[in-house]
Amino acid sequence: MHSFGYRANALLTFAITILAVLCGLASLSDNFNFPSPSAEVQVLNINWFQKQPNGNDEVSMTLNISADLRSLFTWNTKQVFVFLAAEYETPKYSLNQISLWDGIVTSKEHAKFLIHTSNKYRFIDQGSNLLGKEFNLTLHWHVMPKTGKMFADRMVMPGYRLPQDYR
Amino acid sequence: MGWIGDTVDSVKSIQVRQALTQVVNLGLIVTSALVIWKGLMCLTGSESPVVVVLSGSMEPGFKRGDILFLHMSKDPIRTGEIVVFNIDGRDIPIVHRVIKVHERRDTGEIFILTKGDNNPMDDRVLYNHGQHWLQQHHIMGRAVGFLPYVGWVTIIMTEKPILKYILIGALGLLVITSKD
Repeated sequence: MHSFGYRANALLTFAITILAVLCGLASLSDNFNFPSPSAEVQVLNINWFQKQPNGNDEVSMTLNISADLRSLFTWNTKQVFVFLAAEYETPKYSLNQISLWDGIVTSKEHAKFLIHTSNKYRFIDQGSNLLGKEFNLTLHWHVMPKTGKMFADRMVMPGYRLPQDYR
Repeated sequence: MGWIGDTVDSVKSIQVRQALTQVVNLGLIVTSALVIWKGLMCLTGSESPVVVVLSGSMEPGFKRGDILFLHMSKDPIRTGEIVVFNIDGRDIPIVHRVIKVHERRDTGEIFILTKGDNNPMDDRVLYNHGQHWLQQHHIMGRAVGFLPYVGWVTIIMTEKPILKYILIGALGLLVITSKD
């Protein structure tokens, strides 16, 4: 009844239970954070815009991204994965989401940033629908916790338009 | 004839009822583990509700040995989500992030491109030759929760199977020999 094995077992079970409860509480505490991030994106330049030999449109652009994601950070936040996606509709596809840039923010100090970049991933349409195309730029953020549930949200910035001709 | 009588006596002296209890206890532990696993499968709708991260391709978010909880809801897959997918003809599931989505208007089919956060290139190099997109049937679930380090237990056990047998043996022995 009071052998070493029993005591070791009880201690281990208790320790694991406490750890699990603490992890659960840490994850729950994220629900009390109401973040209010802000972001602004400018398309500074269309570097080039052409039709590939296989018929798909491809565009390269220079972007200016400024964001303040400091309010997303809590004590249970390991990192925030932030990315900018172009979203638009075409006759054949009801939704096209193309990630243009992404970054990993690991601390609150780096969560306010201004980035000047050309698109990191290729902006290729499935077809040739990009001439004069109106599209949204959406900044998404995925919060990865130290433990527990992951959070995600986004901010849609509508009203961007591609040029009427290839260049 | 003496030793036969002794043996019979000693067999009779085993408390049959206690032995049965131990067997039932052992059975209960095994079946309740199975019930929890299958219950999770039902709740999450994913055929493997918990996966262990095996590679560093999603660092610094997920490290080797972390555990991910998967969920397979009816919601369509969108960019930024971390999905677990299985490429046709390969056994090992991969946990990566979706970077492109195209959804067909007529059929609702989706075409997905993934990338590991820590990889320089997208996943077309991992896909089968000539495969450009993942589709719904490749996806096993999307990651919704995260627990660090716990997966090391399974990694160590798969890499050193002898430890697994020692552990199972020891636990079985403990259950059978425990007195109450």
